[in-house]
Amino acid sequence: MSIYVKVKRGLKLNLKGEAEEILVDAPISKTIAIQPPNFHSIVPKMVVKEGAKLKAGDELFFSKYSDQTRFVSPVSGTINEIVRGDKRRILQIVISPDSEQVFKEHPKMDPLKAEAEKVKEHVFASGLGAFLMQRPYDIIANAEDTPKSIFVSAVDTAPLSASQEFILKDKMNFFQTGINVLTKLTPGKVYLGVDKASTGKIKDIQNAEIINVKGPHPAGNVGVQIHHIDPINQGERVWTVRPEDVAIIGELFETGKFNAERTIAVVGNAAKETKYYKTKIGSEVQSILSEKPVNTRIISGNVLTGQQVQYDKYINYLGNELSLIPEGNQYRMFGWLPFTYNNIHSMSKTSLSWLFPNRKYEVNTNLNGEERALVVTGEMEEVMPMNIYPMQLIKACMAGDIEKMESLGIYEVIPEDFALIDYTNTSKIEAQDIVRQGLDLMITEVG
Amino acid sequence: MNWIRQKLDQAKEPFQPGNKFEKFAPAINALDTFLFVPNHTTKKGAHIRDAVDLKRTMIMVVLALVPALIFGMWNTGYQHFSQTGEEFGFMEAFIHGAWKIVPMIAVSYGVGLALEFAFAVMRGHEVNEGYLVTGLLIPMIMPVDIPLWMVALSVIFAVLIGKEAFGGTGMDILNPALTARAFAFFAYPTYMSGNEVWVSEAATLDSVSGETILGTLAAGNDVAYNSAYMFTGMIPGSISETSTLCILVGALLIVLTKVADWRIIVGGVLGAAAMGLLLNALPAMGVEGNALTNFAWYNHLIVGGFAFGIVFMATDPVSAAQTMKGKWIYGILIGLTAILIRTLNPAYPEGIMLSILLMNVFAPTIDHYVVESNVKMRKKRMQTQTVKTA
Repeated sequence: MSIYVKVKRGLKLNLKGEAEEILVDAPISKTIAIQPPNFHSIVPKMVVKEGAKLKAGDELFFSKYSDQTRFVSPVSGTINEIVRGDKRRILQIVISPDSEQVFKEHPKMDPLKAEAEKVKEHVFASGLGAFLMQRPYDIIANAEDTPKSIFVSAVDTAPLSASQEFILKDKMNFFQTGINVLTKLTPGKVYLGVDKASTGKIKDIQNAEIINVKGPHPAGNVGVQIHHIDPINQGERVWTVRPEDVAIIGELFETGKFNAERTIAVVGNAAKETKYYKTKIGSEVQSILSEKPVNTRIISGNVLTGQQVQYDKYINYLGNELSLIPEGNQYRMFGWLPFTYNNIHSMSKTSLSWLFPNRKYEVNTNLNGEERALVVTGEMEEVMPMNIYPMQLIKACMAGDIEKMESLGIYEVIPEDFALIDYTNTSKIEAQDIVRQGLDLMITEVG
Repeated sequence: MNWIRQKLDQAKEPFQPGNKFEKFAPAINALDTFLFVPNHTTKKGAHIRDAVDLKRTMIMVVLALVPALIFGMWNTGYQHFSQTGEEFGFMEAFIHGAWKIVPMIAVSYGVGLALEFAFAVMRGHEVNEGYLVTGLLIPMIMPVDIPLWMVALSVIFAVLIGKEAFGGTGMDILNPALTARAFAFFAYPTYMSGNEVWVSEAATLDSVSGETILGTLAAGNDVAYNSAYMFTGMIPGSISETSTLCILVGALLIVLTKVADWRIIVGGVLGAAAMGLLLNALPAMGVEGNALTNFAWYNHLIVGGFAFGIVFMATDPVSAAQTMKGKWIYGILIGLTAILIRTLNPAYPEGIMLSILLMNVFAPTIDHYVVESNVKMRKKRMQTQTVKTA
């Protein structure tokens, strides 16, 4: 029996610059970097020094607070530099890859036949734990926890997001093995969200409960699916894994190799060639973009939740997109007049853009206004397809009122669930940032 | 455009951080953002943003007020000249009204914005656009002959006590425009009620008297207007409250653009109609009632300030209930109490002002109970979950 998650509230943003379904090999990056700040709240303890020779899959560092959570090198090579910031915080571990890749040999394992404990041990010992995200709090999963269920969403509804099904196309076997691995990590079920309209092989995946997802963004957000199927209560843990990472997990169990292959879709109206590139986790941005774009923001991830990266720096650990949009650092005269500048998308009916539902919009990074006090009500609910009061929750986060945050459902959300609120709200409130701070407060106060 | 931009950048120079007038930056910034949407780009969170902003939203309400305002100006002249018996055309009537009303608007904006700018400078935040609407609403709900200094004083009271004392835009409990009117109503009752204030110059000219319909009913007299007059608004009253037709045009604009929540308006109309029907039914139940309770329920919806209040005041998102269910409850309660106060308390023939202010106070409580049901759902889910695992 299939399960359905149908969402009405939300927003489908049609933007220019979607990736064509063409996959090309990106040239091997000159250097590759693992950036510990990508792993929220992880304090790294290094196990290797500058100049060390590594195989792909060799341990780089582990978490100071949980030595079972290990982070490994995506490539074989030499550690070039360990870049530190303020208070000697480690920012980047830069590796020069070998021209011939050598892999650390892990034992092969059939997850369905192996004992659950052995599977779990293998996952964390080989560094695959870095792909397991925990809810609540949106942090890396703790090896000591047992999640009540695991969710994978292979449908990404975010604007200009990479097609997960396209990415998985040639990795279906590994993906299936990865799902089998996940079933051993939880006493509950493994759920796989797929596009209801999909006709691909993804619906034939075994050992996972298939969720047919329908609706505008954020229907594809794993958080929305969890909320509707197995909501998180206080004290409970749910793990989530991104689809391509499930395939990496599966590949390690099948071949014994940590093959940190990452598919990156270059998208956005400032991108010259919008297609998919096959590369390694932590590659340089310039290994994919051959030319430095002018007055353009490069975002690792999608335009709603990604992080800005510099042209001479590295792509983040998680995420399948490099989104390129122009910086919007120009003035617009009388741009606040209603029904003007209808070429800029607005969910509000104070712009006429709603008359053209099929138009594809060009976007830039202009704030289109300034931050103001929260005045308008009811607009956040329109893009929040959960039984949660978003404005009340945001206010509780701002006030740092833990009891209120708990009772309003802070355990069920992570910043990405508020991305559309960032986008649509009239007062230009940074909802994702506020929720992140609220979650961080919960981590320190409740744990 | 570039030329203006350059001049503006030059003018802004002394206000930059570290320069002489740094503290007054919000003032010049307000001028700048009035002319240009700034070149600010996203720093945190989503990298792209919707085209809507608070200025656009507020201007939408101002646009929606324009029909009622223009009609109010004309009606002021119409009421005056039709009683003095002078010959007049559309323009004479309009100019007579504008001559009285434009200075009121100027005073309201002048005093209010000066205070807003002062608070922005003092608190170091940008000037919020909320006053663009409040500043226009205040004169629109006053009697036309109120002295300008009273307008100024009401504005000061509304901005200081009604808004800034609670933390400024977005924090106020009571609708600021209604706070101004309530202040004037209780501080200067002779200028705000009775039968000599509703028509221009009624107090000075013997030939002119102006009683509102509700006032007439409260005094137990017969009403000289039919429903068509009441609906189009050719009746005495506060400047812009009279024309239900023009208010409906405005309502359509702000409801369709979703600037105002239709739930509050529909709820309010339903509540008022229900109360009107109930009161109309009193004689059938053996209770005599009075001229106001016996006034047809549909007429209650189109006389006095009800339509204006429910469309433009009750929908103020800050002082209204903020949850969807809460908005329904809030709207219905306003409708019910507005007609109740209007009919049963002859001292206050205009009930909508008091009923909205009353529900402003109760709105957080309404929201609390609505949100509480969500909290309870979560707690209950947690309990059943623990039972299952135990």
